Amino acid sequence: MKAPLFDYVNATSLDQALGLLDQYGEEARIIAGGQSLMATLNMRLSQPQVLIDINSIQGLSGVRETRKDIRIGALTRHMELLESDIVKEHLPLIASAMPHVAHVAIRNRGTIGGSLSMADPAAELPACCVALDATFELSSRSGQRVVKARDFFSGLYTTERQDNEILTQITIPKCAPQQLHYFEEINRRQGDFAIVGLACTAAVKKGLMSSKRSLKALDVVIFGCEDKPTRLAQTCLHLIGTSIDKNTITAAKQKLEQELNPTANLEGRADTKLHLATVLLERALLSLARDIGTID
Amino acid sequence: MQNTREIAFTLNGEEVSHRVPVRQHLADFLRHELGLTGTHIGCEQGVCGACTIRVNGRSARSCLMLAVQADGCVVETIEGISQSGEIADLQHEFIQRNAAQCAFCTPGMLMTAADLIGGKEPVSRDAIRDHISGNYCRCTGYHAIVDAIESTLNKRLASDKSNPHHG
Repeated sequence: MKAPLFDYVNATSLDQALGLLDQYGEEARIIAGGQSLMATLNMRLSQPQVLIDINSIQGLSGVRETRKDIRIGALTRHMELLESDIVKEHLPLIASAMPHVAHVAIRNRGTIGGSLSMADPAAELPACCVALDATFELSSRSGQRVVKARDFFSGLYTTERQDNEILTQITIPKCAPQQLHYFEEINRRQGDFAIVGLACTAAVKKGLMSSKRSLKALDVVIFGCEDKPTRLAQTCLHLIGTSIDKNTITAAKQKLEQELNPTANLEGRADTKLHLATVLLERALLSLARDIGTID
Repeated sequence: MQNTREIAFTLNGEEVSHRVPVRQHLADFLRHELGLTGTHIGCEQGVCGACTIRVNGRSARSCLMLAVQADGCVVETIEGISQSGEIADLQHEFIQRNAAQCAFCTPGMLMTAADLIGGKEPVSRDAIRDHISGNYCRCTGYHAIVDAIESTLNKRLASDKSNPHHG
């Protein structure tokens, strides 16, 4: 199939793009990297009246460091994140996720803002942003507002972004020196969307009287299961304060089975996904336990 | 009525100007308007990799880019990098190892593999597989393709070593 008829504007400033969004509302689509939108246009799953190209807008891309945070422009390509030394140093979870984000030719054009706005439930970057408690800056003609990643994803391909808004910047707190992380996904082909994936961060506390160390903080996010990235709040609550061993891992897997409610799709049945999620949780906890030193 | 725009860009080293429908993707434009049919179209949704080209020095899916977005860009297709000789050794190795069977995927596969063979360091077979993971081949089982890429790279590295002042 071929894309439907639409008009096209190559916006040269954010003001121009926001003005067009105000004018056309839901009849407009923003095109950044276009790596999902172009496919939906070619399949006529999307039929906008006008396509607003934001690739020529200056100042929307790049990774920069502030004292506490890393700020990522929404137009930053996946390849830039993959190659960024700032990301490697301060956002190790994102650095471990990037090799799983699509294939090289897609990474060269696809953008972080596009991936987050698309909100594919099996995508890596939304899950990482939820795990890392990122905040998103949304711009419109009436100004800017900030939404936490944990509130941004509202359902299947659905976010809190309004039709007149553009996601312009992603802010992620720098990884603390003692912070641990783990990322893994299961898929049929390297670079494809995950059947099931897991992104997590953890912090460790040293015992006062002994060298035994326990989990001070833990955030586990599962993706590819529900209609948006799922924070396993109950499972994590159960694990915080413990030092990870075989028994706590078994208990955590049972908690996960109660907490996670996967939806079947072409990638797998619900019970398959639930099983794979417990496998990933076990691998994540074993890896953290090795980092902490409670399991060899 | 169909919306059109005037575009100008560099294609395989030559300046090209053309009026294009804004809804036309770059692969269709290259094939139908310019007759450059080396860029193949498989899925039109970015999955198969048959339409891989190079835009501003980086590989890209030409089905996931509008022709109008090529305005001002430097675009290279399989025709360009074949005629320049850039991948002559890789093409030779593909033939030697029967890495092209039906050859539908071959132009995209060569465009993607071209990224890998320009480096100064050896690349593991796993890394080669990762790099070409976005290009489907339904004939070879990939083994012969990985062999061809690995062998081209090794020969280039060996020749760099014996001629350290070249390249």
